[in-house]
Amino acid sequence: MLLSARKLCRSFGENQVLFNVDLDLQTGEVHALLGENGAGKSTLVKILAGYLRPTSGEVLVEGSQRHYRSSGEAEADGVVMIHQELALAEQLSVEENIFLGRELRRGLFLDRRAMRERSRAALAELETHVDPSARVKDLSTSDQQMVEIAKAITRDVRVLIMDEPTATLTENEVSVLFALIDRLRQRGVAILYISHKLREIEQIADHVTVLRDGHLVDSGPMAGRSKEELARLMVGREITEMYPPRTRLPDDAPVVLEVRHMVVPGAVKHASFTLRRGEVMGFGGIVGAGRTALIEAVLGLRRKSAGQVLRNGQPVVMRHLRDAVHQRIAYLTEDRKGKGLVLNMDLRSNVTLLNLRAHCHPLIDRRREEQAFQQAVERFDIRLRTAARTVAQLSGGNQQKLLLAKVMSIDPEIVIINEPTRGIDVGTKHQIYHFIRELTDSGCSVILISSEMGELIGLSHRVAVMCAGVLTGVLEGEQINEEEIMQYASGIKGVGGDEQRHG
Amino acid sequence: MSSVMANNKTTNKAANKMITQKGFAIDLKTWGPFVALVALGLLGVLINPAFLGLDNLSNMLTRSAFIGIIAIGATFVITAGGLDLSVGAMAAFIAGVMIILMNSLVEQFGAGWTTILLGIGASLLLGICAGFINGIVTTKGKIEAFIVTLGTMGIYRSLVTYLSDGGTLTLDWAVRDIYRPVYYGSFLGITIPVWVFLAVAVIGYILLNYTRFGRYCFAIGSNEKVAEYSAIHVDRVKTLTYMLQGVCVALATIIYVPRLGSASGATGVLWELEAIAAVIIGGTMLKGGHGRIWGTVVGAIMLTMIGNILNLTDAISNYLNGTVQGIIIIVAVYLQRASWRKTGP
Repeated sequence: MLLSARKLCRSFGENQVLFNVDLDLQTGEVHALLGENGAGKSTLVKILAGYLRPTSGEVLVEGSQRHYRSSGEAEADGVVMIHQELALAEQLSVEENIFLGRELRRGLFLDRRAMRERSRAALAELETHVDPSARVKDLSTSDQQMVEIAKAITRDVRVLIMDEPTATLTENEVSVLFALIDRLRQRGVAILYISHKLREIEQIADHVTVLRDGHLVDSGPMAGRSKEELARLMVGREITEMYPPRTRLPDDAPVVLEVRHMVVPGAVKHASFTLRRGEVMGFGGIVGAGRTALIEAVLGLRRKSAGQVLRNGQPVVMRHLRDAVHQRIAYLTEDRKGKGLVLNMDLRSNVTLLNLRAHCHPLIDRRREEQAFQQAVERFDIRLRTAARTVAQLSGGNQQKLLLAKVMSIDPEIVIINEPTRGIDVGTKHQIYHFIRELTDSGCSVILISSEMGELIGLSHRVAVMCAGVLTGVLEGEQINEEEIMQYASGIKGVGGDEQRHG
Repeated sequence: MSSVMANNKTTNKAANKMITQKGFAIDLKTWGPFVALVALGLLGVLINPAFLGLDNLSNMLTRSAFIGIIAIGATFVITAGGLDLSVGAMAAFIAGVMIILMNSLVEQFGAGWTTILLGIGASLLLGICAGFINGIVTTKGKIEAFIVTLGTMGIYRSLVTYLSDGGTLTLDWAVRDIYRPVYYGSFLGITIPVWVFLAVAVIGYILLNYTRFGRYCFAIGSNEKVAEYSAIHVDRVKTLTYMLQGVCVALATIIYVPRLGSASGATGVLWELEAIAAVIIGGTMLKGGHGRIWGTVVGAIMLTMIGNILNLTDAISNYLNGTVQGIIIIVAVYLQRASWRKTGP
């Protein structure tokens, strides 16, 4: 056995994320690691690659125990991890990246020729056309991945860990990657492959291990296991009482928003959907499937190359978010700190920033602004510590409520919420779910983009699922369950072509 | 909170009071420039009692008006995360065009206020256009403001040298006599440039703190993405800050031209750096997101005051003016950062 894990446990504070997980990797096999977001996959591989230390349990390489204190020590053993977000120095050349931090030298000076030769040899072995002297910035994502892999090969890799390598690749690039994985397998490299995409795993995996909530639920050869079975194993838990019952929709609820044939360059190939008054429309799919790009293109935050938006049946043009605000559409971004709130600004100004007009006659009326802020604090139950003056000093949950207060300040009829519960505590989650129910009760419509299955199933009237830039299907009623969503999200069901023919 | 107060080196009681009342520390960050101004003033009096003379103070404020007015414009640009290096060259260029225009208008309208008002109008128009160009190239061309304005700085500087044919452009003597009071005259015992400075400062204060435009400047300077996701027309607001800067430069030029009645390639040299220095001394952050008009006003006055004090003493050579200014700028920013570190997140 090349690399093994025995009874690995890991906790972050009081929160245990891995429970007695075993894993065995053999030379020359592709081992798929499956699980939902938060199942503990990343934690597990980070321990194997030396980025994290286990709370208890052992890591063995060829039967002897290892206590990695850094990723460098794991790499010395030939265990290399390629990150989800590629970690290359963009302005440096390919060869400089391949030897970054372990440059070959001749005396005091760099041995550029030797580095170029070895880079070229490694790239040739991967059968890629990447030029060693090209700047990484100018390469496509798949070529950048090749560079990462070349980097691993020059380190005499024996175990290659790939965390969602296809998340940002096109179909063509994926097949190139798979051919490469195949060659690596023939060289005797063991590959630990993390992915949500069951179709891919069926294609390349020899062995599969499924994690759920930090526990190992299944492990064995891929042969004899079906995708459907694996999808069920990945999610297989019941939704708890976390979610309030849905608002009852009248049969004649009018369509308030319709999106037709939306195309966003580089992100969305085809998507059409409708939204009715009082409805919660969930958007499922894995990260990078194009959900955020689709919604942002609808709102005028991104350029679209084709598509039409109808509001209450009338075609509307939204080129800037301000146009969307005029259409009474509010958008809650998934990136609270990067796009949602001004961290070093006071709380009041943050809440009124989107609808500052309402407080201008024509000068800003600070007293009214303060009143509006106080009302928002009450309505959204924002808990202010006396010392908190800027957003950065608030907790994640309170930041999210502040952001909610900000977007609700325009009194919207349609609220688009992107990952509303990312990084917040259970109590606040609960509050946000009930807030969504209140919204739909009062006649608002909600679009809910979420990577948490439970949320989608617990709150949505319908769920649209996207896979690789295509809206593969809209699920209703009994169809809304985790396995079904997972199948559409991984492209097993509802292939984009069908949608396009009918649409 | 008590530790912040204990660490607070400023003796200003008002500052401490603000901390306890409002529950947050604003200490040096807010009051620093004012404290420094008072300290510098006291130093001036100690060195030479003539410092407090009415003539001297009036002269000093009048001189600080040019940089002060330009710096108020720069406060907006910098608060919104931009930078304008072209203001000094722009001032020289506007002055040159204004003089040429007025000289040529004398034939048609004679040496009178019509000619001067047309010159003033042209100056404002030029300022707005120049600012618009800086703004549009920065935002639509997605080029760093530093580079764009470095480029326009070179352009304006060489254009004025070209217009003056390497020499000096001189305003018609008859026009100059009429125009003179705009710099040398006074109203209620205060010179006209100081009135203009004050007016620009008050308008700037209201714009920055009590209008959407001002609030948007803060938001954009703090985080452009957040501003975009707050339905703010980021490019439009940023371009407007450069246009406002252009207007301020034009105003400064309008009161500068009657002072000497001439313009050359050496007019307004290094004004951009003095303006930026005034803004930074005043507590505005160079990386944007935080701007203060009164701080800028104080900063501009301080810069002039340093030169003035050196004039009144023999202890330090006048030639060391730049050295003292440089030290004061660095110390001012150091003190602000130090207080920021204690109170910041």
